[in-house]
Amino acid sequence: MRLSKGGLIERAKPLTFTFDGHRYQGYAGDTLASALLANGQRVMGRSFKYHRPRGPLTAGPEEPNALVTLGHGPTQEPNLRATTLELFDGLAARSQNRWPSLDFDLLAANDLLAPFLGAGFYYKTFMWPRAFWEKLYEPAIRRAAGLGALSGQANETRYEKAFAHCDLLIIGAGPAGLMAALEAGRAGADVILADEDALMGGRLNSETLSIDDTPAHAWAAHTVAELASMPNVRLMPRTTITGAYDHGTYSAVERVSMHLAAPNDAPREAFWRINAERAILATGALERPIAFANNDRPGIMLASALRSYVNRYAVVPGRAVAIFGNNDDAHRTAADLLDKGVHIAALIDSRPDATCTLPVRFIPGAQVAHATGRKSLEAITIATQSGTDRLQCDVLAVSGGWNPTLHLTSHMGARPRWDAKTAAFLPAPDAIPGLIPAGAVTGRFSTHAALEAGLTAARDALSVLGLKHAQTDLPTAEDAPYAITPLWAVPASGMGKGRAWLDFANDVTVKDVKLASSEGYKSVEHMKRYTTQGMAPDQGKNSNIGALAILADATGRSIPETGTTTYRAPYAPTTLAAMGAGGQGKGFAPERLTTSHAATLKAGAPTVEAGLWHRPSYFPRPGETHWRQSCDREVAMVRSHVGITDVSTLGKIDIKGRDTGAFLDFVYTNMFSTLKPGRVRYGLMLREDGHVLDDGTTACLAPGHYVMTTTTAAAGPVMRHLEFVAQALRPDLDVALTSVTEQWAQFAIAGPRSTDLLNTLLDDAVTDEGFPFMACGPVAIKGTPARLFRISFSGERAYELAVPARYGAALFDLLKARAEAMQGGAYGMEALNVLRIEKGLLTHAELHGRTTAFDLGMQGMMSKKKDFIGKTASERPGLMAPDRERLIGLRPTGAVKQLLAGAHLFDRDAEATRMNDQGYITSACFSPTLGHAIALGFLVRGPDRIGEEIRMVDHLRGVETTCEVVAPQFFDPDGGRARD
Amino acid sequence: MTEPVIKPVTESATDQTPFKAIPPCAGLLPLSIGALDLTEQPHAQMTLLIPWEGQETALSKALEKAHGVALPGVGQSTQSHATRALWFGHNQVLLTGPAPDPALADLAAVTDLSDAYACLRLEGAGADRVLARLTPLDLRDVSFRQGAVARTEIAHMAGALIREGEAAFGLMVYRSMAATLVHEVSDAMQSVTARAALGGE
Repeated sequence: MRLSKGGLIERAKPLTFTFDGHRYQGYAGDTLASALLANGQRVMGRSFKYHRPRGPLTAGPEEPNALVTLGHGPTQEPNLRATTLELFDGLAARSQNRWPSLDFDLLAANDLLAPFLGAGFYYKTFMWPRAFWEKLYEPAIRRAAGLGALSGQANETRYEKAFAHCDLLIIGAGPAGLMAALEAGRAGADVILADEDALMGGRLNSETLSIDDTPAHAWAAHTVAELASMPNVRLMPRTTITGAYDHGTYSAVERVSMHLAAPNDAPREAFWRINAERAILATGALERPIAFANNDRPGIMLASALRSYVNRYAVVPGRAVAIFGNNDDAHRTAADLLDKGVHIAALIDSRPDATCTLPVRFIPGAQVAHATGRKSLEAITIATQSGTDRLQCDVLAVSGGWNPTLHLTSHMGARPRWDAKTAAFLPAPDAIPGLIPAGAVTGRFSTHAALEAGLTAARDALSVLGLKHAQTDLPTAEDAPYAITPLWAVPASGMGKGRAWLDFANDVTVKDVKLASSEGYKSVEHMKRYTTQGMAPDQGKNSNIGALAILADATGRSIPETGTTTYRAPYAPTTLAAMGAGGQGKGFAPERLTTSHAATLKAGAPTVEAGLWHRPSYFPRPGETHWRQSCDREVAMVRSHVGITDVSTLGKIDIKGRDTGAFLDFVYTNMFSTLKPGRVRYGLMLREDGHVLDDGTTACLAPGHYVMTTTTAAAGPVMRHLEFVAQALRPDLDVALTSVTEQWAQFAIAGPRSTDLLNTLLDDAVTDEGFPFMACGPVAIKGTPARLFRISFSGERAYELAVPARYGAALFDLLKARAEAMQGGAYGMEALNVLRIEKGLLTHAELHGRTTAFDLGMQGMMSKKKDFIGKTASERPGLMAPDRERLIGLRPTGAVKQLLAGAHLFDRDAEATRMNDQGYITSACFSPTLGHAIALGFLVRGPDRIGEEIRMVDHLRGVETTCEVVAPQFFDPDGGRARD
Repeated sequence: MTEPVIKPVTESATDQTPFKAIPPCAGLLPLSIGALDLTEQPHAQMTLLIPWEGQETALSKALEKAHGVALPGVGQSTQSHATRALWFGHNQVLLTGPAPDPALADLAAVTDLSDAYACLRLEGAGADRVLARLTPLDLRDVSFRQGAVARTEIAHMAGALIREGEAAFGLMVYRSMAATLVHEVSDAMQSVTARAALGGE
C-alpha cells in the first residue's frame, strides 16, 4: 500500500498501466515493481525451473525474480526487470514463464518433482537413448523451463551506437560519484557522470540520511542541478557502464526512450563506447540475502530494497514486517519503518552480542530458519538457542551484508581480494589502468567515507590531468562503522523441510551447491556450470558470494581459496539490438554504386554484389523470362556485334615516380621496366609465399607514369600490398601510389564493331595502326579528356574507355544507345563471366590464394632475369611439382550435360570419396558460343591429361556426370579475334 | 607528368560538352532535419600531392607561392580564401580549389582526384553529436580544432573529416559510397534531433 505522504514520486502525475491485462495506477517516479507493490500485487514472476511464485527481492538492477515482458510481435522485449522499469502512462507489462496465468501456473507441478530435478539432473536423467536428447528431451525441457521469449520477428525499432570522449568518467552517481563530479566539474575537467538510475543519487534517494544537515536526497538533487549547469559536465542518467576495456575505453548502454509512452524517432537504447583519460568507479555495493528454507516467498526482500520502497516510493509492501540481519543495516531498516508508523513484528539479529535501543521486539543471536506461505509470506520460524518460535508476518526484510559492485575491475583479468573485516570481496589494486575505485565499492560503507573518497579520487584524477583542485568542501554526513558477522545460510539442522535458495533466477539451492561439491565439482567454475548458479539474467549478482561461501564450507576451504568466478562484460544484461545498432538493413555494409547504377536499374537489370559494389547481373529485354536467355543473347551480341559494360569497379592505381619501372619489376613476376609509353602489359603478382596474389594489366601513360588495373576483389589488398612494398621493402625507390579507382568511370566496349562504335564518339578516330591491341593513350570526346586502353577480357576486339566520374552516367547512356543502334547493347556480369570462361581468362575463382603461377600454366611469366616478390618462395619443393592440381578446361561427355562450380573430380572408375579426390571445378557456365556447358578447374597433373574422360561429382547438389579434360581456352585459343 | 585539367562544373564552359556532369550526391541533398543541415560542397578541383623524396620544403614554398597555402602539418589544413591544403595521410596532401600550378609536378606526384570523393558539409547545433554516432574519433573542441583534418572511419566507410567551423564539419568518402553516407548521416541527424526534443543528450 502507498503511504499518504513522503517519497520522491510525483503525486501530481498519476499514471495508468496494466500488468497481465489488469489496470492499475501509479505515479511518475515509480518503477513497475513499486507501483505493483503499492497496488498489493506482490507476485510478479514464476521461477525458471520450478515455477515457484516470486515477488521482487530487490529494488534495483540486480533483480532476479520480477522479470516481465513488454510489447508484442517484433518489438516484444523479455526479461525486463520490473524494479528498474520506469512507469509511464499506458505501460503494458506481462508476466513470464507461466501457463495459463501467473496466479495459476500448471507447470508449478515441477515444484513437486524437485527431489528429481536437482543440479545436474539433465545430465543424469536424459542420457539414453542418445538420439532423444536433441529431438525430445531438450525441446521439452526448454518449454517447461525458461524465462521470457523473443517473437522471432525482425525488430525495426531504432537503436543507436555512439562514441563519447572525456577527461574523467565517473561511474555511479551515489554520494561518492556526485562528490567526485562536483570537484572535477568545478575544476573544469571534461566530465561524464553515468548512472544506471533515472534519478541520480544512488542510495541517497533510498535512505533517511542527512548531508550538511539537509535531507540526503535533497543534497543529491541540488548537486545534480549544479552539475547540469556546468557546460563541461555531461550527465548520463539511465546509463549502465557494462564493460572496461583497454586504453580507458568503457562500454555503456543507455535506456534512451524506454521510459516514454511516445518515443517518436528517439532510439530505444544507445550503445556507447566512452573513452576516458581517467575514471572513477563509484558503483557502491549490493546487499546480499541469507539462505534459509523457503526464503524465496513473495514478501521476503532485501532490507535495502524495503527501505527503497518505503523511503523513495512511499510504498509499504505489507502490514506486519519482520527484519532479519547479521549487521547494523537491519536496525536502520527498523528505524525507518518505525518512523513511517509501520508495525514491526520483530527484529532478528544473528549476532548474539548485538544490542538495540529501538522500541521493537528484538531477538539477538537468532536466525530465521523457515518461511511459510506460497504466493505470499504468512509466517516465519525463528530459531534461537532455546528452540523455535513462529511469528506471523507478511514482509521479511533480510540483510546478509554488502557486496561491493566491483565487477568492472575484473574485466581485464584482475581477481578481487577477500577482506575478512567486511566479509566481502574488494577490488584488486590497479585492476584497470586509470580507474580509481571510491566509496562503498572499496568496502567503506558510511556516507562520510563515500563523500570523502569521491573527493579524494577526483583530486587524484585532476592531478593526473594537470588541473587545479577546486577546493570543494567536504560536507558532513554520518560515519557509522560497519559491523558484520558473516552468515551465508542458516544451518540445515535448524531449517526443517524446504529448500534454501541461493540463485533465485535459476532456482539453485544450498543443497544443489553441496551436491555439486560431493559429486566432485569442487572448483567454483565447475560448480557454477554444474548447478547453473549465476548464469541467469541477474548474472549471479545476488548469489555468487553466498554460493561460493557455501562451496568453501562444503569443500573445507576458505573463501579466498575458493575464489570468485570470472566477472566478464557486460556487467548488466544488454540487448543484442543495442550492441548491433545500425547494422540492420542498409546499415549492414556500405553500398558502392557505379555512375551507371541509376541507368542500370532503369534498364530493369537485377544487381549482384561484388565486394561492396553493386553490379548489373544482366539486362533483360522484352520477352526474356529467364536470366539465361538474357545472358546468352548478351554473349552472342558481344561475339558478333558490340557490347558495353561498366568496369569502373576494377581497381585503378596511379603510380608515378622516377623509380616506377624498378618498382613494378619488383612486384610483378614479369618485366615492366621495358614497357613503352602508350603500351599495356598483362601482369601477375605473387605474395611473399609464392602464391598468386592478383593479376591485371598495367598501362604506361608516360615515362614514369603508369596506371595499374587490379581485379575488383583485390583492389584494396593490392593497394595495401603496394604501399607495404613501397614503405617497408623498397623505401629506396621514389614512387607515389594513388588510388584513382573512383576518379574514373570506365567502360568496356567489346565486339567486332567496337572500333566502329568508338569512332562515332571520339574527337579523333582511332585506327588499328595507331591504336593496336594493348595500346593506350589519351583521347577526347567532344573536348572532354578521356583515356583509352585497347585490352580485352572477352577475347573480342575491345577497348576500355575512362572518363572523369562526373561524366560516367552520361557516357554510359551514350555508349548504350550507340551500341543498341549497332545490334548490340549493355551486358552484365553473367555474360562477362561466360565470355571470360570461354577464353580461359582468370578471376579470383581461380586466383583463390592457394594457386601458384605453375598451377595456372603461367610459369612462363616468371622472369628469370630479375628478382621479384614471391620468386624464391615459389621455387620451394612441391610448388612446381607435376602432380599438383593444375588448371584445365572441362566439357561434359555423359548423359548429364551440366557442370557445376564447386563439384569435385575423380578418375572415371574411382569411387567418389575424399581419398580419391583429383581436383575441383572453380568456374562453370553454359557457353552459347559452343552450345554446351564448359568449366575451368584444377586437376592433378591436369595439362598432362588432356583428352582423358573423368568423373565429376557434386555431393552437395547431387549431380554427377562424366567429362573430358580439355585445354582451358575453349574459344579462339590463339587470340586472333582480340588482336587482329 | 601533369594531367589534363578538368574544368570545375560550376563553370559554364563544361555545359558546352555533350556530357552532363553529375555531382556524387545528385538527388540526395540538401537535407535538413531539426537544426541540422547536410549539403553537398561545391565541386572543387581536388588534387593529391605526394612530395618526391626530400622535396617537402620546396613543395611547401612552391605551394605558398602559387596558391597561398603552405604544406599542412599532420592532421591539419592550411587555407587561403577558397584554396585549401588538407593533410590527407602519410606524405599526402589534398589541394582543393584551384587547378594545380604545373610547376608542382617537379616537386610532387600530382594526381587529379576531383571526381573521386563525395564532399559533404554538416552544419548546425548538434553536428558533433551526429558525428559521435558515425565515427570513433574525438571531435571535442580541444582535440579537433578549426581546420583539423582526420582520415578516419565514418559509419564503417573510410573517409576524411574536416573541422570547418564551431558547428560545421566537412565529410568526405569515395564517390561510390555517397548514398550510404547520406543515409547514415541522415539517420544520425534524426536520432540527434529526436533526442534534443526529449531534452536529453
